[in-house]
Amino acid sequence: MRKVLSAACLGAMATFATGVAYANDELGKMAQNPKDWVMPAGDYANTRYSKLNQINAANVGKLQVAWTFSTGVLRGHEGGPLIIGNIMYVHTPFPNKVYALDLSQENKIVWKYEPKQDPNVIPVMCCDTVNRGVSYGDGKIFLHQADTTLVALDAKTGQVAWSVKNGDPGKGATGTSAPLVVKDKVLVGISGGEFGVQCHVTAYDLKSGKQVWRAFSEGPDDQILFDPDKTTDLGKPVGKDSSIKTWQGDQWKIGGGCTWGWISYDPSLNLIYYGSGNPSTWNPKQRPGDNKWSMTVFARNPDDGKAKWVYQMTPHDEWDYDGVNEMILSDQQINGQERKLLTHFDRNGLAYTMDRATGELLVAEKYDPKVNWTSGVDMNKSSPTYGRPKVLDQFSTEKGGEDKNTKGICPAALGTKDEQPAAYSPDTQLFYVPTNHVCMDYEPFKVSYTAGQPYVGATLSMYPPQGETHMGNFIAWDNKTGKIVWSNKEQFSVWSGALATAGGVVFYGTLEGYLKAVDAKTGKELYKFKTPSGIIGNVTTYEQGGRQYVAVLSGVGGWAGIGLAAGLTEPTEGLGAVGGYAALSNYTALGGTLTVFALPQ
Amino acid sequence: MRIIWLITATLLLVAPGLVAHAADDPKAVKSEDGKYLDKEGNPTFNVAADGTVDWYTYSGFRRYHSECHVCHGPDGMGSTYAPALRDSLKTMSYGSFLEVVASGRKNVNTAQESVMPAFGDNPNVACYMDDLYVYLRARAHDAVGRVRPPKREDKPDAYTQAETACMGTK
Repeated sequence: MRKVLSAACLGAMATFATGVAYANDELGKMAQNPKDWVMPAGDYANTRYSKLNQINAANVGKLQVAWTFSTGVLRGHEGGPLIIGNIMYVHTPFPNKVYALDLSQENKIVWKYEPKQDPNVIPVMCCDTVNRGVSYGDGKIFLHQADTTLVALDAKTGQVAWSVKNGDPGKGATGTSAPLVVKDKVLVGISGGEFGVQCHVTAYDLKSGKQVWRAFSEGPDDQILFDPDKTTDLGKPVGKDSSIKTWQGDQWKIGGGCTWGWISYDPSLNLIYYGSGNPSTWNPKQRPGDNKWSMTVFARNPDDGKAKWVYQMTPHDEWDYDGVNEMILSDQQINGQERKLLTHFDRNGLAYTMDRATGELLVAEKYDPKVNWTSGVDMNKSSPTYGRPKVLDQFSTEKGGEDKNTKGICPAALGTKDEQPAAYSPDTQLFYVPTNHVCMDYEPFKVSYTAGQPYVGATLSMYPPQGETHMGNFIAWDNKTGKIVWSNKEQFSVWSGALATAGGVVFYGTLEGYLKAVDAKTGKELYKFKTPSGIIGNVTTYEQGGRQYVAVLSGVGGWAGIGLAAGLTEPTEGLGAVGGYAALSNYTALGGTLTVFALPQ
Repeated sequence: MRIIWLITATLLLVAPGLVAHAADDPKAVKSEDGKYLDKEGNPTFNVAADGTVDWYTYSGFRRYHSECHVCHGPDGMGSTYAPALRDSLKTMSYGSFLEVVASGRKNVNTAQESVMPAFGDNPNVACYMDDLYVYLRARAHDAVGRVRPPKREDKPDAYTQAETACMGTK
């Protein structure tokens, strides 16, 4: 008996010894299989592209609903399910249930996880109780709960393997983002930019849940994990105290810079990429300086968290343009040269194309022509303001100052795009981007900080751009030239993550509840179906039993559900914004449902 | 018995809106340092013929869109998960408004998870309770529309003093 045991132990140790390389290879290899959808964005590059092509531009018009699943939860459903082999993992907003469904057994519930959480966390979540999904690695499902508990569940049974607290909801920190497994670690960000949280990305050991490193967005060099000589900003070393010298006094301690968006990873460069959110408060007068490194693209080493390069997109934010949107990694030719690119559609209305190895800025252009707060980014490498956006005084809430209402700023605080992720198709080399088409008035004023209470300090009102009748667009974008290739109008903001496929079809959802399929080359609408509720989830595809399926969570809510529920304006106002009074509540109501589509058999 | 029960139920369903609307007379009968009061002595709004609003209505508009609108939607119109306060204020008294804002309220069950936090310790809200009440009362009575009030009375000196003392600023 003893002999047997020690043999088993030796076996286990051998596995453990190679565990680091194994976990890395495991997920990377699994993501190659187009039948599965093994991580939130489908792959480490965050392309949301699938090689499946059974559903194509010629036959997508025949799509039918194959099956549906009610999550039993009402509020905003962001993110989408994972599919690994026969099992689909479906998550919900607070109370953050997870269901494992067996796709080979008529989608029977294999296990269900439902944590007990203090409901006092609900109002601490700035914009609905959303959750953007789970991640898989090492036989476990990782969930970042509203109360910031990161929990590892046995993928087969749903039993808790370990759990760890990632922040303090009593101080306004909450969990909404999807974790990402990289090698032997699980990485996770945190929310709380409207509560003055000093936000961070943290790496936990996959096996034990032990914290390995934590990188804050602002603070001293040892907290932000910067090497003053080696960490670069547009090719130059950042130098000592690059963050704290851009804040007044200790303000960085309540500085925001939250990390509630998506993380991507390039195994060949061994770098992870993500963005940080708004500096707290929304009143720019109250926090002089560039407020680094809020509103920043980070490239970090996943092993120790050390920053390789950074780029701050919106220094000293005056409009709540969080920089958390996804970084999409692609290998493309620019001017005949093969480049490793990173493309990012920022809330501030600019789309950035960068060299992801070096952090060099290649393209920064508006992806909605209505964007007006800036005349563009200084691309002159020898200029002292190289890489900075030129802010127009008319739309500067800093220039306007406290208690002054600055009018007609485009985009609104929602951004030209929020967290809803874009997709990239290597077939067309185009990016498919769900966007908001909304402007705002913004009036900053003085606020005081109380731990765990909102720390906002601005009044804003939103409406469609002057003379426009719609509040969203779904666009195709060329990241090499910085130009819109085609653009489809949508009545409401498009708040759903896109999916591009090898079938030449692109999918997205609308706030009224439609799942739409469009031609990847032209944008022509090929199919639509109205699901039970508005869609703020991300579209996914997988193959099971030889059939390709397309799945999406509906369940209206999120920030879109706040601003648009009752419409933005009254019809009598005569603002020239005829579409603004369209109330979402006239089109859809609450309810979490997964709808799964396939071609008829 | 059955008939009585039905009538009572109907009354309960219909009555609150009717009764309270009839009962809630927001007309300002006097003004103290720029704050208008109704006949009960509760704070209320005052909108002049040319659209000029009192300071409290204007200030309440600003504070609402900083502290409250992320759940309750723009202009008190409600969101997918929090009630429209322009409707709530049709039936809610001044006293219960203060109580709910200060102490919070929970409504967590299988059908909903509504949690209103306690704002009693948050000076950004607690120091502006009357402003918020007056603005939302004006919304409930359609005295101000879904716009930023275009014209307003000046900030009263007494208000500035009280605000400074409450916020603990210079």
